[in-house]
Amino acid sequence: MNTQSHIPTYVVTTRTKASQVTAVVSVPLLALLILLPFFAGRGLIQDLFFVLTMLVLAQFWNLLAGYGGMVSIGQQAFVGMGAYAMFGGVILAGIDPIPAILLGGVAALIVAIPTAFFAFRLQGPYFAIGTWVIAEVMRLIMAQVQSLGGGTGTSLPRAATREMWATEWIAELFDVRNSAARDILTYWLALALAAASIAAIYALLRSKPGLALSAVRDNPEAAKSVGVDAGRMKWFVFLASAFGTGLAGALIYVQKARISPDAAFSVTDWTAYVLFIVIIGGIGTIEGPIIGVIIFFLLQSLLADFGSWYLFTLGIIGILVMLIAPRGLWGLITDKTGIQLFPVRRRLRGGTANTPKN
Amino acid sequence: MIWVDTLVQGILLGGLYALFAAGLSLVFGIMRLVNLAHGDLIVMAAYLILLLVTLLGLSPFVAAAIAAPVMYLIGWGLQKHLLNRTLGTDILPPLLVTFGLSIALQNALLEGFSADSQRLPTGAISTASLDLGVLTVGVLPLLTFGSAVAVIDGLNQLFYRTELGRAFRATSDDPITASLMGIRPGNIFAKATAIAMLVVTLAALYLGMRSNFDPNIGPARLIYAFQAVIIGGLGSLWGTLAGGIIIGLAQTIGAAINPEWQILAGHVAFLVVLLLRPRGLFPRAFD
Repeated sequence: MNTQSHIPTYVVTTRTKASQVTAVVSVPLLALLILLPFFAGRGLIQDLFFVLTMLVLAQFWNLLAGYGGMVSIGQQAFVGMGAYAMFGGVILAGIDPIPAILLGGVAALIVAIPTAFFAFRLQGPYFAIGTWVIAEVMRLIMAQVQSLGGGTGTSLPRAATREMWATEWIAELFDVRNSAARDILTYWLALALAAASIAAIYALLRSKPGLALSAVRDNPEAAKSVGVDAGRMKWFVFLASAFGTGLAGALIYVQKARISPDAAFSVTDWTAYVLFIVIIGGIGTIEGPIIGVIIFFLLQSLLADFGSWYLFTLGIIGILVMLIAPRGLWGLITDKTGIQLFPVRRRLRGGTANTPKN
Repeated sequence: MIWVDTLVQGILLGGLYALFAAGLSLVFGIMRLVNLAHGDLIVMAAYLILLLVTLLGLSPFVAAAIAAPVMYLIGWGLQKHLLNRTLGTDILPPLLVTFGLSIALQNALLEGFSADSQRLPTGAISTASLDLGVLTVGVLPLLTFGSAVAVIDGLNQLFYRTELGRAFRATSDDPITASLMGIRPGNIFAKATAIAMLVVTLAALYLGMRSNFDPNIGPARLIYAFQAVIIGGLGSLWGTLAGGIIIGLAQTIGAAINPEWQILAGHVAFLVVLLLRPRGLFPRAFD
């Protein structure tokens, strides 16, 4: 017994006080957001749908660039393919739009395989433009598919959107028109997708593969030398990010109900905005995209009437943040306060506490 | 004979793409920086030329000669005061800063010049052609191609024959050792970007005379330039010319089969080269 007490026992922990508060607060917050359609107007629900879907895109881009070290400017490829696969499922195969969202995720995952095969041949900045070229290729190919509207695009059939799963039930429950019920349904799905994405990414980062991922990002050579299969991690992150982005893309277009190649594969809407959200909020953290999307939404509400000046301002803010605070707003906050809501850093606890005081 | 014509047109178009790409290739070769705003800087130079043409009633060539030193200074300032701060081992800052710059430039141009298509007034030269017996070749495409060859040759001479070129190569190989020899890498990088902006002005002149342009076409020019650089092999200027020609040929042949396939054919050619020769046709840089 005496000999045992002399061996200091260490415990590896990632939990912090702030993270326990987060865990406690997130339950009522989530409940509040689920119940929101009961007392909020349709405008707020639509705004929150936009915020939540952008948050999902931002979390997956952050996983790719901030944790995986792969800076892609081609995420619109997966938004577009996800959306088009959903449209294809509805128009060509007669599937209900809601299960067709899953089809969107799977389609994005499938096209991500050849995309990764080509893009992984390019390093650093060239990877970025390479992914962009591949997204352009997909846009040009989808513009040739006449059954999905070709270059001008198409709409979801009126019958399919009216009879969409659960809309009738929601319409009765809230006593609203069919179109408003559709907004509530897509809002709930966006909320579920955002919550599931954050939970899944957080779980990944706290797991052993997540540690391997951070190791590869920080020093690929050192990570390889301790047995991390860097190539496999890159593939995994790229495919996971494509799947999530594809789901979000399909969901966004269920709500829009109208698609065109230029809109679905827009580099501004699906990559530039997402980049700014992550940079302004703080790259390489889970909190960053959450803060970023709130600021992005406020900026958009304030400046939307100014047209191109809005995007101009966003570009300048992005440059300034990168130069002055490269780790974004959340980086500034953690530097000042040390708060981490979603801590992934492993710390050693104990050791000295268990040694006898003789 | 139609095929010979298509091939010649494709090669000549490649000259324009090589001009788009030469600046990108030069800057990458020296400081490993990929400027995502490159295409938008070309469009900005085209608007600068247009402004001089419409305000002062100059010919596009004279206007470009005036725009060139202005662009040189812009390039110098941009590199010295903005891009130099982003260089380092982390690839994120230069990518994100130049992406932000690209978005900001596009929208500033949109605000200043509207989304309307513009074109530089060219007079007789745009329709003039040379009759070569079997085929007729436009003077302007020929001039573009000739300029591209001259620019690539000039940059190579600068790179391998002059003191500045030696400083470029030394800084490219090892900025720390170069700085021990009295070279300031920051200033060398600024000069390189400034020179790239001279090439950008020339590219803008031919872009504006040969086709319509509007504030949104920058990213597509960046993509063509990027493809030419990658096909040619990183750091090889003659390779960049070859890359431009391959993209030009692919696009012209694609367009001859089906007009909607023009851009797609260029992208496919790029992907095929990437598949077969991931390091490009004439690779020089090893990173």
